[in-house]
Amino acid sequence: MNIAVIGAGPAGIEAASILASGHSVTIFEKESAPLANIRDKALLFPDFSSASDLADRLEAKLKNDNIVLHTATEVLNVQQDGGKWIVETAIGGRMTFDFVIMATGYKTFDARKKEELGYGIYKGVITSVELERMIKENSILNNMNETPKQIVFLQCVGSRDEKSGNNYCSKVCCVTAVKQAIEVKRQHPSTDVYVYYMDLRMWGEGFEEMYREAQETYGVNFVRGRISEASGTFDKRVQIKAEDTLLGTPLTMNCDLLVLMVGMCASEGTAGLGRKLGIDGMYGFVDSKSPHLDDNASKLPGLFLAGSCKRPMCISDTVNDARSAAVTLLRSL
Amino acid sequence: MEKRYWNEYVKDIADDHFFYERSCIRQTFFPGSEAVFLKILRNDLGKDIYDSSHQHTCTGIGYHSDVVPYETTMTIVARLFSLMTEHGYKNYIPSCITSFGLMTELIETWKENPDILDKARGYLMKATGRTFELPENIAHPSDVFFKFRHELKAKMKYQLVNRYTGNPLRGVDHIGCHYAKIFPKHGIGNAEFPHVLAGMVEAWGGEVIDYPERRHCCGFGFRQYLVQENRGYSIANSKKKFESMESYEPDFIVSNCPGCAMFLDKWQYTIAEMEHKTYDRDGYGIPVFTYEELAGILLGYDPWTLGLQLHQVQCERFLNKIGVEYNPDEKYKGASGKLLRAPEKPQILKV
Repeated sequence: MNIAVIGAGPAGIEAASILASGHSVTIFEKESAPLANIRDKALLFPDFSSASDLADRLEAKLKNDNIVLHTATEVLNVQQDGGKWIVETAIGGRMTFDFVIMATGYKTFDARKKEELGYGIYKGVITSVELERMIKENSILNNMNETPKQIVFLQCVGSRDEKSGNNYCSKVCCVTAVKQAIEVKRQHPSTDVYVYYMDLRMWGEGFEEMYREAQETYGVNFVRGRISEASGTFDKRVQIKAEDTLLGTPLTMNCDLLVLMVGMCASEGTAGLGRKLGIDGMYGFVDSKSPHLDDNASKLPGLFLAGSCKRPMCISDTVNDARSAAVTLLRSL
Repeated sequence: MEKRYWNEYVKDIADDHFFYERSCIRQTFFPGSEAVFLKILRNDLGKDIYDSSHQHTCTGIGYHSDVVPYETTMTIVARLFSLMTEHGYKNYIPSCITSFGLMTELIETWKENPDILDKARGYLMKATGRTFELPENIAHPSDVFFKFRHELKAKMKYQLVNRYTGNPLRGVDHIGCHYAKIFPKHGIGNAEFPHVLAGMVEAWGGEVIDYPERRHCCGFGFRQYLVQENRGYSIANSKKKFESMESYEPDFIVSNCPGCAMFLDKWQYTIAEMEHKTYDRDGYGIPVFTYEELAGILLGYDPWTLGLQLHQVQCERFLNKIGVEYNPDEKYKGASGKLLRAPEKPQILKV
């Protein structure tokens, strides 16, 4: 069988590697290299293992004679044609397949849409993606290229937020902030770290322990409350206004870096293909046939779904979901 | 360049044929502002604007203080709209920012709830025998100046530039809360980064200061100052803003709200008396202007016709920075030419 996999993230690669034992798999990736979202990361929760190592191990799975990877190849359309699937790409190709696995993944929320938080306006306001890069390069610096004295994290930027149109929980940001707070304290023990949260959703194995460790071992301060506004100060720092909802009091504080924990949103590929195929669900993610027993099938025969094109997922859940998608496809043969 | 989303928040502002509604309080606070707005619109921009002598309050202050019931407010605003309708106008521009906010709120309510609009029509008919149409376009006069800021610039005699250094004068913009905080979509630039005054300042050669408390209320919120015991809270808001902007050494403050411009001006005297504190390094305070006064100064209108002598923080240092010609001997002359008594000098704030 000829199988198309759209997206060379962890879901696409994992599914492809399973299907390749016995079938011919073609992966389409719009970026110039696979696994861009993982290669940006430093360490992974909850075990602080290296993201690069994981990316290397996943990429090694592509070394398979039955897998062909097309990078820098955006898929524009996928259409059913009789019992076959036609995949049309931006570089002009039209290829025919027996099955398609959609693994088009996510993008992070564009924090500039939350204007009150000053991203793109004040240099001291950054996203969790940018902080991750700083952590990876061991270069956590403020506006003046100094070690920051105070770093503030704000959870739920572009998630659980009616104003931005995303009511859903992005699921991974809580634990990511805890992980990043610990990494900041490991690199700069004298930096004061504050995490502003609505409620901390430590749902995974080891997450609660990380949260406790962040407080007990590293002295990370957790403040229940939302930041309503960020502004630049005369000395190029960031002033935040917030409400501590446990103390029931408004507060103002200055920090060197305000880190916006941007949520996972449907990528353009996910939202675009979902619409064209008529499988678009809430918030631009795609709908599976059933969330309980048929979560990897779509309503279209021969089209399967893997990973965070359906909803926010952490890497381990994504990999498991991709395996499940491959098995579901194989069972349909 | 970073994409700035607030630049996408624009609104339709009519080109011509405006019905003007005056403010209850502005003619006392800044007696030249509304007059010069009409002059600029008619004489400098060549627009048609109607100023009815039969107009009245919109009830905004009473409404927001829970003194005036909603039904009364609806009826009174309906009467104002009936004046507009009667004179054949469709573009409504209320001078006061609270009137603008209130009318925007009522129009939105009426559009969403036609039954409430029917009630308002019924109340007005019963009380006055009048009918009214909703405005086709409602904008604040500062929106109109924003729209025509480049046309105004072309006619200006002066720029917001320090004639001694050649540098742009640096201003603080203060937007009335009722401009966009109630309905962000009705403000140029939305509620977070309203651009209506900043756009004028930049177009006229100046620079806008972005300071931490830029969006903070001036303290004029009606419940705060109407009760005398609450005025400490009121002044604390202005003080917070002054402290936040002080390090940036602004040359001026410009506002589009009657209360804000008045408070930011007068409270500087009060704070100086209470705490011996002024917010410019020389002890004169930061001059505060309405956007009409600012436009009037730059267009070459006489500062004393604009009513600048009635400000608490004196304007001469600002005028001198720009190079505006004026006669200091005329400052306290009345319209008849008779010299009026000069005000008493404050003890701390220099004049």
